[in-house]
Amino acid sequence: MDLLQELKKHNKRAAAKLITMVENRNPGYQEALKDIHKLSGNAYVVGITGPPGAGKSTLTDKLVKELRKKGKQIAIIAVDPTSPFTGGSILGDRIRMNDLSLDAGVFIRSMGTRGHLGGLSESTKAAIKILDVYGAEYIFVETVGVGQSEVEIVKNADTTVMVLVPGLGDDIQAIKAGIMEIGDVFVINKADREGANRTKAEIEMMLDFSNKEKRPSVQMAVAVDNKGIIEIIDEIEKHKEYLIDTNKFHHNRIESTKEEIVEIIKGYILDKIFNNQHINEELNQLTKDVVERNVDPYTAGDLLLKNIKL
Amino acid sequence: MENPIRVLVAKPGLDGHDRGAKVIARALRDAGMEVIYTGLRQTPEQIVNAAIQEDVDVVAVSILSGAHGTLLPRIAELLKQQDAEDILFVAGGVIPDDDIPELLTSGVKAIFTPGTTTTETVEFIRNNVRK
Ligand SMILES: Nc1nc2c(ncn2[C@@H]2O[C@H](COP(=O)(O)OP(=O)(O)O)[C@@H](O)[C@H]2O)c(=O)[nH]1
Ligand SMILES: [Mg+2]
Repeated sequence: MDLLQELKKHNKRAAAKLITMVENRNPGYQEALKDIHKLSGNAYVVGITGPPGAGKSTLTDKLVKELRKKGKQIAIIAVDPTSPFTGGSILGDRIRMNDLSLDAGVFIRSMGTRGHLGGLSESTKAAIKILDVYGAEYIFVETVGVGQSEVEIVKNADTTVMVLVPGLGDDIQAIKAGIMEIGDVFVINKADREGANRTKAEIEMMLDFSNKEKRPSVQMAVAVDNKGIIEIIDEIEKHKEYLIDTNKFHHNRIESTKEEIVEIIKGYILDKIFNNQHINEELNQLTKDVVERNVDPYTAGDLLLKNIKL
Repeated sequence: MENPIRVLVAKPGLDGHDRGAKVIARALRDAGMEVIYTGLRQTPEQIVNAAIQEDVDVVAVSILSGAHGTLLPRIAELLKQQDAEDILFVAGGVIPDDDIPELLTSGVKAIFTPGTTTTETVEFIRNNVRK
C-alpha cells in the first residue's frame, strides 16, 4: 500500500499506519512527513486540557457529536503524557467515546509516552498533520494539563479549552502558575456538583488579573448530561474568528512552526552527542572534571561542541 | 528503545462485568505493552473500527456472556473484511471446550479459558504477534 497516496484518498488504515510509523520512528518517517507537511495546515486544532478526571474525554465526546451534526469531519488525538517512559501503559480515553467508534466521520487515536523526552510532542504534531491530510476539519487533542510536557502538546492547538471542576482547592495554585495562561476558553465541568459558582468566581478573578489580550470566557457544563456543549462550541468559534480577524491565527502558526524547526535542530544536535560513543565518553570524562572543579561547565561545553561534527 | 506491542482490550456483549477485561489489561500493561482499553458493551463493529484507527497489533477480548458463538466469529469476519487479518485476535473467558475448535477455525487465534495464567497469555501474544 502506498501510504501517502492512500492517505490522500481518506484511507483510514493508511492514516493509522502512518501515525504508527511516526510514533515508532520507523525508517522513512521523516521522508513521509516531508510530503505530508506540504499538504497539511487546513484543519482547525482544538486542545482539551485540564486535571485528570475533570471530564475531558466526556466533554470531547459531546463536543464532537455536536460538530458532527453540522457534518464536520473530526479527528481526536487522546494523549496520555502521564504514562511511564518505560514499561507498559493503559490508555483509557476511548471508554468515554465509544459511540464515536461507529461514526465514519470520526477518527480517534490514543497515544502514550514512548522512550524519548519531547518525543510525544513531536509525535502529536505529526499525527495532527497526518489526520489533517486524511481530511479532518477539526482535530481535538486531549491531554492532561499538569506539567511542562503537556503545555508543549497544547501549543499545537489553535484554541485551547481548559477544563476544570468545582472545588479545585490546591489545584488552583498549580494552575495559577502559568498553566492558566494557555486556556482560551475555560469550562467548569461537573457543574452539577457543589461549589461550581464559587469556582467560577475564583477563575473569573484570576482571569481579571491575567495579561491575555483576549479575556477568556468561563462556561459551565455538565458533560455527562450534554449541558453547556453548544455554548462551548460557540466560544471556540468566537475564539477562532478573533484569531483570524486579528491575524493572530497566522502569527501563532508562525511562532509554533519556528519552535518546531528549533526542536528539530535541538534533536539533531542531541542525537550527535548521545549517539556518538566518542563524544559520550568525552562528556563523561568532562563531567568528572567539572565535578572535581578542574574544569568549569562552560569550558566543558565549548570543548564538546568543538568535537561535534554537524 | 523497543516499541511496545499495542493491544486493544475490549469487553463485547451485554453483561456489565469488566473485571476479566481489566485483569488482562493490567497484566498486559505490566508486561510492557501499550493497552488501549475500551471498556464494556462493545459491539464487534466498534471493536474492529477502534482496532483499525489505533493500528493495534493485537485485539484481546474478554467474554462471559455466552454469546461467544456469534460475537467472536463476527469480529474475525470484520477484521478480514478490513484486510486486517494480520492483527492477532485472541479471546478469554468462560468458553466450553466443545466450542473452541469452531472458534479457532473462524479466525480467533487463541482462546484462554479460566485456567490460563496471565503469563501464558503474555507469552502467546509475544510469540505470535506480527513482526
Ligand atoms: N457528575 C459529573 N460527572 C462527570 C461529568 N463529566 C464527566 N463526568 C465523569 O467524570 C469521570 C471522568 O471523566 P473523563 O471524561 O474520563 O475525564 P478525563 O480524565 O478528564 O478525560 C467519569 O466517570 C465521567 O462520567 C459531569 O459533568 N458531571
Ligand atoms: Mg480522558
